Amino acid sequence: MRVSSTERMLNYVVLTLFALFAVAPVATIFVTALGPQLGIATGGLHWGNFAEAWAQGDFGRALGRSLAVAALVVTSALALSVLAGYAFGTMRFPGSTLLFYLFLLGLMIPAEAIVIPLFFDFQAIGLTDTIWGVALPQIAQSTAFGAFWMRAQFRALPENLLEAAAIDGSTSWSALWRICVPPLLPSIVTVAVLMFMWTWNEFLIPLVMSPYKTWATAPLALNVFQGQYTADTALMASAGVIIAAPIVVAFVFGQRYFINGMLEGATRG
Amino acid sequence: MTTPPSRAEVRAPRRWGRPSAVAGSRAAPYLYLLPALVVYGAFMLYPLGRTISYSFYEWSGFGAATFVGLDNYTSLLGDRAFLAAIWHALVLIVFYSLLPLAVGLVLAAVLRRGQVRGLGIYRALIFLPQVIALVVVAVAWRQIYAPTGGLNSLLGLFGIDSDIGWLGSADFALSAVGVIGFWLETGLVMLLLLAGMTRIPGELYEAARLDGAGPVREFFAVTLPSVRGEIATALVLTIIAALKTFDLVYMTTRGGPGTATTVPAFEVFNRAFNHKQIGSAAAVAVVLTVLVFIINVFVSRVGEERRPR
Repeated sequence: MRVSSTERMLNYVVLTLFALFAVAPVATIFVTALGPQLGIATGGLHWGNFAEAWAQGDFGRALGRSLAVAALVVTSALALSVLAGYAFGTMRFPGSTLLFYLFLLGLMIPAEAIVIPLFFDFQAIGLTDTIWGVALPQIAQSTAFGAFWMRAQFRALPENLLEAAAIDGSTSWSALWRICVPPLLPSIVTVAVLMFMWTWNEFLIPLVMSPYKTWATAPLALNVFQGQYTADTALMASAGVIIAAPIVVAFVFGQRYFINGMLEGATRG
Repeated sequence: MTTPPSRAEVRAPRRWGRPSAVAGSRAAPYLYLLPALVVYGAFMLYPLGRTISYSFYEWSGFGAATFVGLDNYTSLLGDRAFLAAIWHALVLIVFYSLLPLAVGLVLAAVLRRGQVRGLGIYRALIFLPQVIALVVVAVAWRQIYAPTGGLNSLLGLFGIDSDIGWLGSADFALSAVGVIGFWLETGLVMLLLLAGMTRIPGELYEAARLDGAGPVREFFAVTLPSVRGEIATALVLTIIAALKTFDLVYMTTRGGPGTATTVPAFEVFNRAFNHKQIGSAAAVAVVLTVLVFIINVFVSRVGEERRPR
């Protein structure tokens, strides 16, 4: 199909304008972060804002907690999802359809619908303000998506793969890890990346499940600056950059995992 | 979040033999499912059930709860904050879903026609809003909407003097939050549609051109029907995002000024943890969940109807 060069030029103009629209707010926060704090009228770039925001938000610890929660959520949810996906994707058994729909349901349940009883029940058994209180609900959420995702991946494997393994005398356990998982590694990495991003960016669950902030993750550190927002937009923006930076850096290096994961995860079914 | 698999795909065989070539025992699939099922059941399904049961009680979070039947639901009908929240959610659907769909369709159709090089970089830039924590997105846009912020400066370039704090204005705050949603979702919707459009076989367009179709007729006759499935997916994703809006509202307006930007998810949080009205909060949560379910099922059905398989 041939397209005129004028039309091609127009395409680049459209794309560039749209990309600018997407990037402008991100640029704004960066510029604000480097700007002067209120009452300081000097020009230039204020890189010191980052150090100050880091100290005020106690980001050394907040990022550490975020990393610990994300590591726990991703490893647990991944393990559960691979096992469940293996059953759904390669085995025939009574109730499989019903059970699969049960997991699909989980993709539609908003966190708001579960967070109230989770808080009161976890409080009663002393799990609020622990890593488990913050992580367990998110493991469940990520597992609902992961089981659905891994099922599709296992189904896409050639059928004779397992038959060949059976002839070699494999058990289902060793066939899973030695035959099925290696070719699925890219899609396992993709879903791990998505789970990591969701957990890192999650706000409501740590907000509710850690009322004393002992397990407050990085996004919650913004609340420290919230009370004084008229005064400290520069520091608040710096804090925002610190929170977003790890995921944005990961995105720059592994964008195909992010983009393909989100687009495929949305369409697959 | 996604369209359920078609009937034929999940239809079970009549007789159950070995679960798979390598799984000898009939129990094997259930054992593999068990850990996921336990965690998912304990931390999502069970709490969902608890939320439903909370919604029939009046409770302040400690002490005894009083059974009140459907009172929490009936009083929502006359509850102005709740009705405002539902109305705002519908307005946000226009910003999060319908506008991105319209803009995304046009952009994707334009881009599909001209084979653009270097799409990778553009894809990454356009996708960027999706990976940034919503609370950080909120901080960025608060800056843009501030009285001395980016939006008013931009208006100044066009000779419009304005010192409105957009998020603090009862008239503009909801639209201002909506525009953030538009910014968030349009790139995702556009890339979803573009992915669908690149899968359309070129012969369909050749045929349309032989019939003398211009770009506009080509769009309505070939492109639009072929991406029906992607449109449904995009609608489900973005409508759910609109209905679940919490982080943005919490960080930009806290539902204010007054109740100008309150949304169902914020009402749930506010009632439960600020006002200690657990029963009412649970009722709002149940209504929100039912809304998400209905819209999801409805849009998936419509999208499935004439989807070529």
